[in-house]
Amino acid sequence: MNTRQRSKLIYSWYGKPMSSDRKLRTSQYKGILITSESSRTETCIQLGDFILVEGVNADQPYVAQLVDLYEDGAQHKRAVVQWFCRLEEIPQNKRKLLKREVSAQEVFFDQVLGYDTDIAAETIIKSIMVLPLHLGEELPIITLNKEQTFYVKQSWDGKCFKVLSPDTFSKLKEANKKRGVIANSSKAFIPSDILTPVKKDTESVVRSATKPKNVDMGIESKHSASKSSLAKERHSQRVANNDTKTPTARKKLELNSPTRSKGKILGCEVLGLLDDDCDAVAPVEPSATKRKVKFTSEILGSPPKIPCSNDKSKSTSDTAEHCQKFSDTLRLSPFTKIKDCSEKDKNLHGKDDNLTSVGYQKPSSQSPVLTPRSLRTCAQKTSALIAEQISLLKSHGKSAAEEDFLSDSDSSYSSSSEEEEDDDVPCTPEKKTKSRIIFSTPKSSRKPAVHTPAKTLKKTPLPGTPRTPRNATPEIPRRIQAAQEPASVLEEARLRLHVSAIPESLPCREEEFQDIYNFVESKLIDGTGGCMYISGVPGTGKTATVHEVIRCLQQAAENDELPPFQFVEINGMKLTDPHQAYVQILEFLTGQKVTATHAAVLLAKLFSTPGPKRKTTVLIVDELDLLWTRKQNVMYNLFDWPTQKHSKLIILAIANTMDLPERIMMNRVASRLGLTRMSFQPYTYKQLQQIISSRLKGVKAFEEDAVQLVSRKVAALSGDARRCLDICRRATEICEFARQKRTPEIVRMAHVTEAIDEMFSSPYVNAIRNASLHEQIFLKAILAEFRRAGVEEATVQQVYHHHVALCRMEGLQSPTVSEIMAICSRLGACRLLLVEASNKYLHMRVRLNLSQDDVMYALREE
Amino acid sequence: MSKRKLKESNVESPECISQVQKIFRERFCHNCAGGKLFGMEQQYRHLLELLKRTTVHGESNSALIIGPRGSGKTTLLNHVLKDLREMKQVTENLLEVHLNGKKNPFLSGLLQTNDKVALKEITRQLQLENVVGDKVFGSFAENLAFLLEALRRGNRTSSCPILFVLDEFDLFVHHKNQTLLYNLFDISQSAQTPVTVIGLTCRQDVLELLEKRVKSRFSHRQIYLMNSFDFKQYIKIFKKQLSLPAEFPDESFAQKWNNNVEHLSEDKTVQDVLQNLFHHTKDLRSLHLLLMLAVSAVTVHHPLLTAADLQEASRQHRTDSKANIVHGLSVLEICLIIAMKHLNDVYDGEPFNFQMVYNEFQKFIQRKAHSMYNFEKPVVMKAFEHLLQLELVKPLERPSVRAQREYLLMKLLLDSSQIMDALQVYPNCPTDVKQWAASSLSWL
Repeated sequence: MNTRQRSKLIYSWYGKPMSSDRKLRTSQYKGILITSESSRTETCIQLGDFILVEGVNADQPYVAQLVDLYEDGAQHKRAVVQWFCRLEEIPQNKRKLLKREVSAQEVFFDQVLGYDTDIAAETIIKSIMVLPLHLGEELPIITLNKEQTFYVKQSWDGKCFKVLSPDTFSKLKEANKKRGVIANSSKAFIPSDILTPVKKDTESVVRSATKPKNVDMGIESKHSASKSSLAKERHSQRVANNDTKTPTARKKLELNSPTRSKGKILGCEVLGLLDDDCDAVAPVEPSATKRKVKFTSEILGSPPKIPCSNDKSKSTSDTAEHCQKFSDTLRLSPFTKIKDCSEKDKNLHGKDDNLTSVGYQKPSSQSPVLTPRSLRTCAQKTSALIAEQISLLKSHGKSAAEEDFLSDSDSSYSSSSEEEEDDDVPCTPEKKTKSRIIFSTPKSSRKPAVHTPAKTLKKTPLPGTPRTPRNATPEIPRRIQAAQEPASVLEEARLRLHVSAIPESLPCREEEFQDIYNFVESKLIDGTGGCMYISGVPGTGKTATVHEVIRCLQQAAENDELPPFQFVEINGMKLTDPHQAYVQILEFLTGQKVTATHAAVLLAKLFSTPGPKRKTTVLIVDELDLLWTRKQNVMYNLFDWPTQKHSKLIILAIANTMDLPERIMMNRVASRLGLTRMSFQPYTYKQLQQIISSRLKGVKAFEEDAVQLVSRKVAALSGDARRCLDICRRATEICEFARQKRTPEIVRMAHVTEAIDEMFSSPYVNAIRNASLHEQIFLKAILAEFRRAGVEEATVQQVYHHHVALCRMEGLQSPTVSEIMAICSRLGACRLLLVEASNKYLHMRVRLNLSQDDVMYALREE
Repeated sequence: MSKRKLKESNVESPECISQVQKIFRERFCHNCAGGKLFGMEQQYRHLLELLKRTTVHGESNSALIIGPRGSGKTTLLNHVLKDLREMKQVTENLLEVHLNGKKNPFLSGLLQTNDKVALKEITRQLQLENVVGDKVFGSFAENLAFLLEALRRGNRTSSCPILFVLDEFDLFVHHKNQTLLYNLFDISQSAQTPVTVIGLTCRQDVLELLEKRVKSRFSHRQIYLMNSFDFKQYIKIFKKQLSLPAEFPDESFAQKWNNNVEHLSEDKTVQDVLQNLFHHTKDLRSLHLLLMLAVSAVTVHHPLLTAADLQEASRQHRTDSKANIVHGLSVLEICLIIAMKHLNDVYDGEPFNFQMVYNEFQKFIQRKAHSMYNFEKPVVMKAFEHLLQLELVKPLERPSVRAQREYLLMKLLLDSSQIMDALQVYPNCPTDVKQWAASSLSWL
């Protein structure tokens, strides 16, 4: 939706330049006007306002405070901002530092230095509210424009969370106050008589823009209370979407503004508040409302209920006085205080308990007739009624003054009851924060608000909704008995020699490590993109080295030596189709799950548009050659993105063949890959020896010579470190078999030799020696036939004649043709012979799968 | 083993005999169920240790069991698994993914013809479906990502080890990019959920089929089963396979039967039969087949096996299939085959057509007009087509509409020795035909 709106927005300065710098040819302004063409609304954003800034992901705009506005020499409108970061912008591993649940509306005062605070003014979406809170405070509940009210409790400097300094706190609060004033003045700025039509316009625009599904939801609302709350939620979103443009909607923010007390809310605000909110409810319940009036008035008449519900929802606003009041209530009810403390203590797992305590407490403190649920539904009905009346009034063209008769207690009540409804937002944070994937898609992040209090009280988290694989966490069952730890030296050695064991350091790849590290580091510091191609035969430590580099870089980034970055890895072998690469990259980056073609479009957009706060992405493409397609568009795109100006993408491509770019890539792809290449040479025997001994440091399990033998053997064959480790592992097993008593034994030459023989000896000779007599004669007959014909291919019929002759010589009973065919197919299944399809019967052609010399050698020995 | 002895035992109850037959049928037909291991103690120990380490220590491994068909690969694995399940450290601690269609399923290359099907089967057998919920398993890519994610989450110490058994391993090699093998081996070589991948194959060259990066990830553990026993052990196996178990209900009969088997194994003719079979193949399945044929001869009136039964079974076992068909042919068809044999001799195995065969046959008829009825050409053609259907003759190319049937080039799928052998035993063969078969120039 943002993108759709963006196309229609015009940005212009508000007022005259405050000051201008002649040298730099910049001029500063105190505000910016955002005019939407389609809805003919203007929004003024001034210095100190809180704003949403377009983010990487259209659904997740960044939160910031406007610090400065200026026009630079090139007539570009620029803005300087103070960032706030959302929870999902904080690395996963750091989130646990918080030690508490964080709602979606909470942001952190950003003190990370790496981000660019100078942004283009055109990226500003709209203004919002950011309210400073003390650490222990519950989030106040604001229903009407949830989407654009954020709370800040702590600051985040890239390493740890800190409580807001009093200085910052007051500054933020100041900004809020000021904002309220400005909002008032801006109301005066726009003539009030165009107020209603403008609003109507925008509303209809938005209405038409929203999907029919939402409307359905609205209609459904009559069926169940929980659903209606969903519909309400959606309505409030709608409000959120358009209220920056309409002055009426902006006024709603003043509900929380410190300059006004709750009681002074104007009727027209109630109109703004309830009009959107309730027109889905109102039309469907025209008859029921009359009766409900009494009921609600009863509720309103009973004074203890309002403070009571306030108590439950902790606070309705965050004005200082209210904070005071809040603490008063805390003092008054010791039970809640305890509850509050316990909440602080066991934020993670204690939520449910708190919930129940709330649940039990409520009926006790309230009049027993009203369960929270009924209270809420009543409130809904009330608001429905109010809405109906207002719409009536509106249609009659009455002035806003008349609307004042709707008592402020009404409005405050309805707001508080709605807060009540939202009370469960902090109650169900577990679901919200659990999976990153849900979190990043706003639709599902809003979901928890759908919970009704009744449901949460029952502690049944969404019964009946099947877990979709999207957020299902697949897991292999846990083992029942604990895995045994290695008991002997040999077992310990075997564990360390397993390829999966991660050594503390990677010996013998220091140079390569340094090269790759320097490459990535320099790109990170520059904030640019680039590609590197890494080649080498299997088992030479390519992937391990790259991972080690990433690990070190992450370490450095944590220590603030480097700007933070995102790390994405894809493996050609783990993709079913080259185009799936897009899907995986996008899922890693944003958590969205889309089709391959759509993912390609989104990624291209992501990497080609400037994102002020987007971190550099380090992408590892393992088994690059498998991303080959006929048009090579996957490879092309991968290597094209880093060349884009704003991509901030560093690609490390890994493959086996050194000349892959020349061999399989088209020129345009190879050219984009660039010339930064590195090849991993196979390990020499000395390096292999060092690898083994570094892994076995402190464990005396191998003879020195035995290690050397393995290294030399493997270095001569392939230089594959995996092979080397496997042989050593096998040797420890052989050693264990061989030892009779429980005396400690170390792996000697003999064991290693046996392991090597086992792994590298050709199975053919052994297979021939263990074949049956006639099978051996058949092989001899084949050799004889080859010699006679001079061609290394014969038909079974020819071989059969030789076979019969050989049998006669040996005095054996000659086999029948069926038996010969059986022998032939058996040898063919073992692949000692290569045979044709058997339907040719006697005319089937036969060839040896190994050299004649091998066959003769195997047969002669006996 | 005199006839008198046999007569004495003629009074065995039918229940007893049917019991005997049941036992042997089970033993010979379900050759993987309770079969004993012969001559593979070392391999057994190796595999058992390997799997034990996986379950107890959570060590990832990969291994191939290679051996010719019928060498007991599956039997070995089943034995190891059975013994492993009985160990108390292992109970409930190993998830097995076996794929095959039978009661004891294995991941078989014949059933899981591509990675997509194999992945679904793995997910099913790991019972990850309940995590998946009501999801319709649509895309292969999602499946793979899902499974890899599931396996990646585990670690050595806490996750339940998984055993993947890939039957007909060589067929998995032909899957596109060897994705499944790469991923399985990659998991076995990285710090994820402990897995052990066991492949069963009869191909000796299977390692050469692996792609280089897949091969590098494979641990190169190969367990070879070679049937490396000699004839003495073979006799022992024969005795073990044929003896009745101790828990047989009728003890006296079991005693008698086992004594008889002991006698049989020392009998010269039986040894000859076994020696012959042993020379042809060491495969235990063919021994089972032979014994099955022999045991079928056991009836109430003939309760104990004799050497003659075994000989008869061996004869049946060895008969040439094509020669059997020749037995049932008419004289005209025999004549045509003889004509073809002469053509083969004359033209040194070059293909022939019907017209040539017919001419050859006519020559014979003209000389021996008194003894053979001169069939008309369509009748001869019909006989020739019958031979074609029996696949004694095979056309070189597919019959087309253009080519006349008489001139289609053919090849004879019989060797001359087979024809001569078949003629020897052909009932009521005319002497003239026999003479003609011996020599195409017999009329001279």
